[in-house]
Amino acid sequence: MAEAILTLEGVHTHIGPYHILQGVSFGIARGELTMLLGRNGAGKTTTLRTIMGLWQASSGRITFDGREITASATPDIARSGIAYVPESMGIFTGLTVRENIVLAARSGPVDPARLDWILGLFPALRRFWDLPAGNLSGGQKQMLAIARAIAEPRRLLLVDEPTKGLAPVMIRSMIEAFQALKAAGETILLVEQNFHAASVLGDRAVVIDDGRVAHQGPMSELVADTDLQQRLLGLSMDTHQ
Amino acid sequence: MSSSVADTKPGDLPRTPRDWVPLLLVPALMVLAAPLFGNVSSWVTLTTAGLAMGMMIFLMASGLTLVFGLMDVINFGHGVFISLGAYATLLVLGPLAAWGEADSLVLNLSLLGLCILAAMAVTAAVGMLFERVIVRPVYGSHLKQILVTVGGLIVAEQFIHAIWGASPITVALPQTLRGAFVFGDVAIERYRVIAVVIGLAVFGLMHLVLNRTRIGLLIRAGVENAEMVESLGYRIRRLFVSVFVAGSALAGLGGVMWAFYRQTLTAGMGMDVMVLVFIVIIIGGLGSIGGCFVGSLLIALTANYVGFLAPKLALVSNILVMALVLIWRPQGLFPVNRQ
Amino acid sequence: MTLAMSSAAGTPPARNGILLGLLSADPPRSRVLSLLLVAILATLVATPFLIPGSQPIGTAAKICIFILLAASFDLLLGYTGIVSFAHTMFFGIGGYGIAIALNRLGATWTSVAIGLAAALALSAVLAFIIGLVSLRVRAIFFSMITLAVASAMLVLASQLSGFTGGEDGLSFQLPPELRPAFRVLADPVMGIAINGRLLAYYLILFVSLGMFLLLLRIVNSPFGRVLQAIRENEFRAEALGYRVVAYRIAASVIAALAATVAGALLALWLRYNGPDTTLSFSIMIDVLLMVVIGGMGTLYGSVIGATLFVLAQSYLQVLMGTVSGSLAAVPLLASITHPDRWLLWLGILFVTSVYAFPGGIVGRLRRE
Repeated sequence: MAEAILTLEGVHTHIGPYHILQGVSFGIARGELTMLLGRNGAGKTTTLRTIMGLWQASSGRITFDGREITASATPDIARSGIAYVPESMGIFTGLTVRENIVLAARSGPVDPARLDWILGLFPALRRFWDLPAGNLSGGQKQMLAIARAIAEPRRLLLVDEPTKGLAPVMIRSMIEAFQALKAAGETILLVEQNFHAASVLGDRAVVIDDGRVAHQGPMSELVADTDLQQRLLGLSMDTHQ
Repeated sequence: MSSSVADTKPGDLPRTPRDWVPLLLVPALMVLAAPLFGNVSSWVTLTTAGLAMGMMIFLMASGLTLVFGLMDVINFGHGVFISLGAYATLLVLGPLAAWGEADSLVLNLSLLGLCILAAMAVTAAVGMLFERVIVRPVYGSHLKQILVTVGGLIVAEQFIHAIWGASPITVALPQTLRGAFVFGDVAIERYRVIAVVIGLAVFGLMHLVLNRTRIGLLIRAGVENAEMVESLGYRIRRLFVSVFVAGSALAGLGGVMWAFYRQTLTAGMGMDVMVLVFIVIIIGGLGSIGGCFVGSLLIALTANYVGFLAPKLALVSNILVMALVLIWRPQGLFPVNRQ
Repeated sequence: MTLAMSSAAGTPPARNGILLGLLSADPPRSRVLSLLLVAILATLVATPFLIPGSQPIGTAAKICIFILLAASFDLLLGYTGIVSFAHTMFFGIGGYGIAIALNRLGATWTSVAIGLAAALALSAVLAFIIGLVSLRVRAIFFSMITLAVASAMLVLASQLSGFTGGEDGLSFQLPPELRPAFRVLADPVMGIAINGRLLAYYLILFVSLGMFLLLLRIVNSPFGRVLQAIRENEFRAEALGYRVVAYRIAASVIAALAATVAGALLALWLRYNGPDTTLSFSIMIDVLLMVVIGGMGTLYGSVIGATLFVLAQSYLQVLMGTVSGSLAAVPLLASITHPDRWLLWLGILFVTSVYAFPGGIVGRLRRE
C-alpha cells in the first residue's frame, strides 16, 4: 500500500447506549479509491461520521495527513481538507444550485476552469443553475452533492452511498463521474452497497462487519473471492450481473 | 462566479413552483376588509396603523425566528430585548431632550436615529451576554431552554426595575414626528409612516443580506441543515452567536419604535408584545423570515381591523387567525424544510 | 402524612402498608424531606390554633392552594416534559366558575356545584383543543400557543366585564356554612371560635390534600409511567406503540382539571375572583418558580416549592428591607436588595437551579 493519508487505529464509537464501532483500523492511500463495504448496519456510515467528527470516537486514533483529528471539531476537520457527502446528500433545498456550490467553495469564487470541469461531469446542473436545489431529482441532487464536495480541490472525499436509490442509467453516469475523479488523482473513500459499482471503481476494499474490519485488500481480490463476498456481504451469485 | 456558467440561460428551464398564495393574504385581507368600514378615511387610518404595527412586530420577531431555525433554540426571554431597547432610549432622551423639543425635522430624526443606535448597541451587548450565560449551557433541550430563558426574563426585568424604577415612564415623540399628514378627510399619522419606512428598510436589508451575501447564504443553509454547514467547514456556533446578537439588536430597534408608538415604558412591555411575536412566528413557519414578515402584517392588520369593528375581540382575533392558518398549513405559511 | 416519616424511619410493615398505599408507593425517600413534609402538614393543620389572626390562616390557605396548583403543573412540566403557560388560565376558570355561579345563582351549595362543574367542563374542553392543535405538530408549539391563548383569555376576562366583573373582578357571598357568622360549636376551642371561616379553611386543606394524593396516584399509575417514558425518549415511546400525542393531551387535561379545582378553592377562600388573583401571567411565573425550585418531576417538590414561595412572598421582603436599609449608601446594591426586588433573587435562584440542581430542593435532599 502506498503512503496513507488517513488512518484509523482501533476506533470505537458509541451512539447513546449502542456500541457501533468496536475497534476499526484501516488506512487510505493517497490517490486511491477505497471502497468501504459491509452489510446494512455494519458501521459504514458511522465510520464516515466519526472521521468527520459528527460523532465523537470514544477511543482510538484518527490521523489525517500526519495530524491527529480524533477530537477535532467538524469544521476544523473539513478545513484540513476532507469533503463529505452524507447518505442524505445534505443539499440545501432552499438555496439554488449555484448558491450550494458557492458555499462549498470556502476560499472565495470558484475557479472558472474547475467549474467548467465539474459541470462537464454533471451537465444537468448547468440547466438548473439558478433554480432552488429542492427542484432537482434524486440523481441530480446526488450530482450536486458531489459537485459541492469537489468545488475546490480537497485532499480526501468521503462519499456515502452515491448510487443509493438511483435508476440504472443514473448509476452508470455516477460510475463514469467517479472514474473521471479517479483519473484526476482524487483520493476517495466510498461507501457502496452496489457491488457492481464497487468492483468497477475500487482500488482497495475495506469490509466492515459488526463494527470491526473483517477484511481488507485489493478490490480485485474480493471480486475474485465469491466465498468471501457471501460471508461478509451476504451477496449471492445472482447479484452479479 | 464563472461567466461561462452565469451566462447560461437555456430556454427550456423547468419553472420553479413558487409559493405565492401566502403572499396574497395580506393584500387580500386589506381589500376584503375595505367594504366593512363604509368610509375610506377609517380604512386608511386602520390600514396604516396595522402596517406600522406589523413592521414593528416583524422587527421584534425576525431575530427570534432565525435563532430558532438555526440552532433549534427557543428564547422565551426575547421580550427583554424589546423592553431593554425601549428603556435604552432614555439614555439618549435624557441628555438630548432639547433635540426632541426643537421644531426641526433634522434634529428630531437624528434624535430618533441616536435612540435606535443606543438601543441596538445595548441590546446587542446584552444579547451576547444572554447567549453566553443563559442559552449556551442548555443547547439541545427545549424544556430547559424555556425554563432558563424565562428565568433570564425575570431577572432582566427586575434589573430594569432596579435601574429605571418600577413605575411606568412616559416618553414624548420628537416634535415634528407628532401629528398626521392630512389628505382631504384622510389622516395618516406621521410616526406610522416612519415606522413603515424603517420596517421596510430593515426587511429589504435583511432580504439582501440573506440572499446576496455569503453569511446570508450560510444562515439560510444552516436553518435547513446545520450539520452539513459544519461539514463544509463553517463554524455554525459563531454564525449562531452573530444571528443571536443581531436578532437581539433588531428586537431593541423594535423596542424603540414600540416605545415611541405607545409613549409609555414598562418593564413588561416586551413580554406583552411577545404574545403577538410568538403567534407571528408560528403562523409564518418557525425559521422563515418571509413567513415572519407576512405573519406580522396579517396579525397586525387583523388586530387593527377587528379592534375597530369589534373591540372586544381584538386579541382573540389573533388566536383565530392562528388557528385558521394552522388548520390550513400545520407547519405555518412557509414551512422550513429542516433536516 | 405523619406516617410518611415513620416509613422512612422504619416502622412496622402494617402501618407502612397503609401509608405507602396513601402515597401510592412513592414515599419521599429522604429523612429530611419527610420531616419537612410532616412539619408542613402539621403546621397547616394546626395553624388556626397555633397562630391566631387572619393573616397566618390566609397564608396557610394560600399555601394549600398553591401546593395543589404547583403539583398539577408539575404533572405537565416534570412528568410529561412540556411547558404550558396556560396553567393559570385553568386556575382562573375555576375561580370564575365559582365567582360567577355564586354571584348569579345565589350563595348556595348548588351554585358551588354548578360553578365548579361548568368550570371543569370548560377547562377540559379548552385543554383538549389546545393540546390537539399544538401538541400534534411540535411540543414547542404547545408552549407558545398556550402563552397566546392564556393572554387572550386574560384580555377576554377583563373585556367581558358584564359577565366577569372586568378588571374589578367579582365579589360574592359564600354558602351560609362557610361564613364567619356560622358557628359549628357554640363555644370556642383553645380560645378560637369554630366558625364557618375555619370550616372553609379545613375544606380547602382537605380538598387540596386529597387532590394531591390523587395526583400522586396518577403519576405512579401505569399512565404516569408512560408519561415519564415519553419525557425520557419520545421516539422510543412512539416506537413501543404508545400514542405520544394522546398521552400528552390526557396529561394536559388532567393538569387543567386539577388547576381548575385549585382556582375554585382560592375563590372560595377569598370570596372574590379577579384577573390579578388567578389569571395573571405573574402567577404563572410564580408557579414555574415553585415547581422548579422545589424540584421538577417529584410532586413533593411542589409542596416544598409552594410553601417556600408563599412564605418568601410574605416574609422575604421584610428581610430584604433590612438588608437594603443597611446598604442605603451603595446605590445599585441598595436598589437590587430593595424589598420589591425579591423576585430578582428568586429568578437567579431559578436559573441556577435549572443548571446546577435540576432536581431542585427535593433532588438535593434525596441525594444526601
